[in-house]
Amino acid sequence: MSDSHSPQAKAYWKANIRIVLSLLSIWFVVSFGMAILFVDVLDNFRFFGFKFGFWMAQQGSIFCFVILIFVYVYKMNKLDHKYGVDEDRDNFSKDDTYYDNKESQK
Amino acid sequence: MDVQTLTFIFVGATFTLYIGIAIWARAGNTDDFYVAGGGVPPLANGMATAADWMSAASFISMAGIISFIGRDGAVYLMGWTGGYVLLALLLAPYLRKFGKYTVPDFVGDRYYSDIARVVAVVCVLFVSFTYVAGQMRGVGIVFSRFLEVEITTGVFIGMAIVFFYAVLGGMKGITYTQVAQYCILIFAFLVPAIFVSMLMTGHPIPQLGFGSTLVDGSNTYLLDKLDQLSAELGFAAYTAGKKSTIDVFFITAALMVGTAGLPHVIVRFFTVPKVRDARISAGYALVFIALLYTTAPALASFARVNLINTVHNAEYKTTPSWFKNWENTNLIAWVDKNQDGRIQYSAGKAFRGKPQFLQERGLKGERKISNPLTDNLNELYIDRDIMVLANPEIAGLPNWVIALVAAGALAAALSTAAGLLLVISTSISHDLLKKMFLKSITDKQELFFARMSAALAIIIAGYFGIHPPGFVAQVVAFAFGLAASSFFPVILMGIFSKRMNKEGAIAGMITGLSFTASYIIYFKFINPSANSAENWWFGISPEGIGTLGMLFNFLVASLVSRFTAPPPDEIKDMVDDIRIPQGAGSSYHHIKS
Repeated sequence: MSDSHSPQAKAYWKANIRIVLSLLSIWFVVSFGMAILFVDVLDNFRFFGFKFGFWMAQQGSIFCFVILIFVYVYKMNKLDHKYGVDEDRDNFSKDDTYYDNKESQK
Repeated sequence: MDVQTLTFIFVGATFTLYIGIAIWARAGNTDDFYVAGGGVPPLANGMATAADWMSAASFISMAGIISFIGRDGAVYLMGWTGGYVLLALLLAPYLRKFGKYTVPDFVGDRYYSDIARVVAVVCVLFVSFTYVAGQMRGVGIVFSRFLEVEITTGVFIGMAIVFFYAVLGGMKGITYTQVAQYCILIFAFLVPAIFVSMLMTGHPIPQLGFGSTLVDGSNTYLLDKLDQLSAELGFAAYTAGKKSTIDVFFITAALMVGTAGLPHVIVRFFTVPKVRDARISAGYALVFIALLYTTAPALASFARVNLINTVHNAEYKTTPSWFKNWENTNLIAWVDKNQDGRIQYSAGKAFRGKPQFLQERGLKGERKISNPLTDNLNELYIDRDIMVLANPEIAGLPNWVIALVAAGALAAALSTAAGLLLVISTSISHDLLKKMFLKSITDKQELFFARMSAALAIIIAGYFGIHPPGFVAQVVAFAFGLAASSFFPVILMGIFSKRMNKEGAIAGMITGLSFTASYIIYFKFINPSANSAENWWFGISPEGIGTLGMLFNFLVASLVSRFTAPPPDEIKDMVDDIRIPQGAGSSYHHIKS
């Protein structure tokens, strides 16, 4: 897919935006939603020794952030492959020799 | 062995390691110096990013702050981690595909304008110098407390070490030292936390101990106990918020967006070979950061319970040795208001301002202070940094753990300082000299200038470390506010909008910057007495105002771009190109030639 103006490229970009937006809405809900706007409501529920809202604010949201990035990586790699824009199709022999050079320099 | 000998051994060993790495990873050309040759494996980049990001503030101060403000501490926890989601999803992969050296490079090229480039360089320099001054100070303080040398000597030693690996190795040297520094700092942070968690709750994992019952036989949950103790002493409940919801919202957003826009973090994603690597290394970085950031709030609550139990109503004469040691380093002060020889700890300040110690001692042997007393019952002043630095002593942990904390705090401060210094030197040698004033210099000459500016930056940073400007604490809000209101929107629109042109971007940056800067300057410097919720716009504190500045930036930029000429076709092609991962490897070879 050398032509970045092609309908293929447009479809790829649209799918990319869809992934980003859906993950960012989860990002918003777990941090700004559950840990800030509705934290007092969630504090009425217990989660082990925590009030649930407090746990989301100081622990849970951070775990969600980590998971979100890995889901993004997985989905984007799949999308890249589907549209044939992944870097495996680049001629990476150049970069391999580059790594080798690096080793010999050290 | 005593603590000081152990600290010398630990710090000495880690410094030797850093120097060894510096010699091993010398930079041969500007490409090595600026982006470590673009060949850093993603896992190593993740660790380096984590060390780059977690500064003396994250290591020493954050848990202490949370310890004293309770739930509201979440603004830092979420703000400084949630930004990585934005970075991974919205910026890192595209900037890697763009494939140059710096943030001003992107701004200058995408907006085909040297004015935009200069505005970006000025912001980079301001943000980075603000930050680095605090790190050098942190190095000095750790030296003075643990090794009993003058702060000035400590700063000099720190400068010498950073000088060695930053000037010699550039990004390449820095990257691999940061990997080592991450391992040291996380080990140093986790070991005491695990010990304390075991002692208090019987759980080796602090994140679980945080939500468990205490082993003191009371069978109450740690956090319930903390709320109960807080209520007894007149503090607000630990698990309840004190800041207004809108302020928490805006501060969290400003810190998240600011994190994603900080140049020394962004530049780390230029160092990996592929777009795919940029994505995954943001994930690794956040895992490594989350290890510390989910432990910190647990540690904060352990330390708080421990502190209250140890000092409240304790007789001064029989307090453990750590209490007097930290009193001698000015971090603890006690005034016996009711003359009963016991320490009463409760809400409110014991006296006005920071303690001003006198030479003489009081009746019970405590250090006397000259501050005017307040009329509440509290008799104790505690610096919040103590919660991490003294935590091993408070919990009665072995000496080697205390020495380890010193080495970890130094690793955290040095790794961040080095990353910032590199960004500063790159801005000068690459963005200003090579791109604007001395376009004809060769790669060798540029490398020479890069080393020179790194050396110069270290000297300036050291100067600020020894003579800290009184406003360092206040300007941290600045660094994040400026990054949030300038870089983040401009880079984001540069990638996601093809219609955004140079007029829009420049107008947006200037609006965001000047709005945010004037709000912060007004409340922090011109009229600090008015700095309270009733005077703030919509109840937003200066710490959170960057979020509003960012919104203004977006608004002005899109309005202005609508009424001015669209960007030239080659810029649109460039945007199309950075949206597709394919070809990132060749873009690397392209920039090299």
